[in-house]
Amino acid sequence: MRTTALNNVPITYTSNEQVEVYRFSIPVTIGVPLLALFLQAFVPLRFPRFGVYVDLPLLVTIFFAMARRSPIAGLLTGAFIGLAQDMLGHNPIGIYGISKTIVGYGASSLGVKLDVENAGARFLVTLGFYLIHSAVYFTVARGMVNMTQTWSWLHGLLAGLANAVIGVFLYFILDRFKQRT
Amino acid sequence: MESVLGRYRNLIILVGVLFLQVLGLAMQVKRGASTTEEKDTRLIRIWAVGAISPFERGLVWIQNGTGNIWHNYFYLRGVRAENRQLKEQIEQMRLEQVRLTEDATQAHRLQSLLAFKEQYISKTVAAQVIGSSGSDLSRVIYIDKGEKSGIKRDMAVITAEGVVGKVLLVYPNEAQVLLISDQSSGVGAILEKSRLQGVIRGTANGEIVLEKVMSDEQVQPGESVLTSGGDRIFPKGMPIGTVTKAGPGKDLFLNIKIKPTANLSRLEEVLVLIEKQERQPVAEDNVRVRASDILAQRLPSVPIKPAVDPNAPPSAVPGAAKPAAAPTTGTTTGVSAQKTLPTTGTTVAPTQKTSVSGVPATKPPNAASPQQGINRGTTPVPLRPPVTSTTTTTPLTTPKPKILEDPLTPKPEGAQPEPPIIEQKPATPPTAPPNSQPPNEDNSPQ
Repeated sequence: MRTTALNNVPITYTSNEQVEVYRFSIPVTIGVPLLALFLQAFVPLRFPRFGVYVDLPLLVTIFFAMARRSPIAGLLTGAFIGLAQDMLGHNPIGIYGISKTIVGYGASSLGVKLDVENAGARFLVTLGFYLIHSAVYFTVARGMVNMTQTWSWLHGLLAGLANAVIGVFLYFILDRFKQRT
Repeated sequence: MESVLGRYRNLIILVGVLFLQVLGLAMQVKRGASTTEEKDTRLIRIWAVGAISPFERGLVWIQNGTGNIWHNYFYLRGVRAENRQLKEQIEQMRLEQVRLTEDATQAHRLQSLLAFKEQYISKTVAAQVIGSSGSDLSRVIYIDKGEKSGIKRDMAVITAEGVVGKVLLVYPNEAQVLLISDQSSGVGAILEKSRLQGVIRGTANGEIVLEKVMSDEQVQPGESVLTSGGDRIFPKGMPIGTVTKAGPGKDLFLNIKIKPTANLSRLEEVLVLIEKQERQPVAEDNVRVRASDILAQRLPSVPIKPAVDPNAPPSAVPGAAKPAAAPTTGTTTGVSAQKTLPTTGTTVAPTQKTSVSGVPATKPPNAASPQQGINRGTTPVPLRPPVTSTTTTTPLTTPKPKILEDPLTPKPEGAQPEPPIIEQKPATPPTAPPNSQPPNEDNSPQ
């Protein structure tokens, strides 16, 4: 009797759409992160500031994590994208991997509890996760790898804002590839 | 137990994934401290680069193709003005080249005397930049040439403007280049004027600084920074950048900021130095004389009348005996001119004979006009009218200069300009034929 009562407690969400869990086709799952990595490696050759302020793989990680609403899927997505990004640089592999794993886990956990479909929420979530990502990267790079890193709040905020603005537009484009389960 | 695992499943997996990555990172850091090679991570880096680089190559190829079509066929505005400007620049550079060649020759002689060794760039490979790490925390670029093109680790990468970086990782068809603006890079450097040495390093925000210069030294902004060659990667004397700011820094060292001469943020093509040669400069025994000096010597001054042997056979006086022996083509350069006029100290037009002091001797019937004292094809050199003198031949023991390049000879189009230097050989033992004159000892200019 008591069990039945517990089961009848309605689960509340901030919006009806949040209960929706999306999935993506395999080409999108593989192709979009690869395209993000490619653009991240190529665009700075023509626009050097792009590499300083924009982190496309991070935006893709946040998007997939929030859309799937599964922490495991989110952290694995973040881990794979982060490790791939590490492989393109010359620093030890794993710094971006750890950072994006945490971001993926956090974004998917947040996606379960919050309405992350509107532009304002996406803007704030992206800004916040960019700062978390930078903080984790800074900690790991300085604490474990002994890299010379300097923390700059100004750079962090500017880059966070740039990523948030780009992220809002990017998420709307990527929304087209969502498939309802 | 199962309920606990089920409840904290996500967190446990997160911790597990993070633990694995931290473990891998720790292993890399530990091995990186003991060995410089990255063999363990090489394979997965190859996979990542292999997945990305074909797209980058394709895009670069398309971009270059469309760019070439646009620039070579459509957008030709200002080409004539640019061409005129470039021609003027070439003229100026030719003059500069003459001066620099003299300096280089002198430097070679001095280096040879001191038994110095020089490094020469003997072979380079041009490569196109196809990608980057995409992160400001890892300032590396990827080029489209790799192991198959002969590229190896730690080779220097440059552009025409200056130093770019060094090869860090080599893949079969690509290579990763660490820029000098990266924090982990280091280039031995020397300031051009003050000759102070230091180490070029990148900073976290992408700037380049010159470290290890003591704070009691004076460094002025604007001074050029060159490679010192001390790192055994970059040849000595390559431009790195210019000092933009110099001030007191940490500890006992100056904080010197450098602006790189190569535009590191917009690299498109680079050169990889795949072969360097180290050799001792060879000083030539010949004394090099400027062409203008020789010409000045040819101008008649007060002629010194040499002693003439009255018993000498007439064949010893080529001007009198064999006036037609010399060709009339006006060829004056190289060995041929010396062969036709074996006894003259200078290489002059074969159509005229010279006196000891360079004054044209008696004019043969088929000779050129008097105003064409030195017949060099279409460019006559005005000389004084020929003086019919009693001078005879120049002894064989006098130095025979060999003209390496005649400044007055019209050059064919496309020929590379060379400095007008005349190589003058030292005196040689007499090898005159039996009927020739004895050596002249007046040392008159030839």
